[in-house]
Amino acid sequence: MKFGIQVNEGPYNHEASVTALNFVRAALEAGHEIFRVFFYHDGVNNGTRYTTPPQDDIHIVNSWSELAEKHNLDLVVCVAAAQRRGIVDEGEQERNGKDGNNIAPGFRISGLGQLIEAGIQSDRLVVFGD
Amino acid sequence: MSDTKKFMYINRKAPYGTIYAWESLEVVLIGAAFEQEVAMAFVDDGVYQILKGQDTSELGIKNFSPTYSALGDYDVNKIYVEKESLDARGLTVDDLLDLKYEDEDDDWAEKDSIQVVTSQELAEILEQQDVVFSF
Repeated sequence: MKFGIQVNEGPYNHEASVTALNFVRAALEAGHEIFRVFFYHDGVNNGTRYTTPPQDDIHIVNSWSELAEKHNLDLVVCVAAAQRRGIVDEGEQERNGKDGNNIAPGFRISGLGQLIEAGIQSDRLVVFGD
Repeated sequence: MSDTKKFMYINRKAPYGTIYAWESLEVVLIGAAFEQEVAMAFVDDGVYQILKGQDTSELGIKNFSPTYSALGDYDVNKIYVEKESLDARGLTVDDLLDLKYEDEDDDWAEKDSIQVVTSQELAEILEQQDVVFSF
């Protein structure tokens, strides 16, 4: 089955993103396909490489990046939600005149159309959040 | 078109206090450009999103409720409101925004977008959807 995933919550404020991470891992292990993971609302905070949790805690951002590299996942951060919350890639840095960027490896910033497309193209869209 | 799907956006949260309601509406407006069959449902505190006469001036936050009135122009005209959620909050359909659309199949007659449905009816409507977004 082809899954689209939506993550609506920040990585350390809410269990939703870890649950999504575990769901994606389990789905891939079971031979399913992940069409895309779309990060919305505070979920965009899953995509900043400046995240530095204590060493004895799970590194959720790195976990996404590693999973993306291993399985060639499409991790998309919503641009409008990202702009509100200070998640920036090189393109956004240039466009908005920022002095740096913080997007984590394996993530990209794009529009809400990517979420709608995930709904159209996937057999199931699974939303993680409150 | 073979890849037309039934999209449902469920709105469960109050309009202010968190950003879910506003960012949900942004998804609906963007999604309208994809020519899918779109419906919205308002349940729980989500019914407050389409309450008439919202005034946020003392909050210092934008009152985005006028945007709901544009939904008809985006061909978003199936708006279901759960009766039990209204009842629990002492509200009726008269307390809600007067959301209308022009029916192109009926000589552009102006019709109500809002339908009040019971929890049971809403469950049956959800059963028919292909994609359910929950906000």
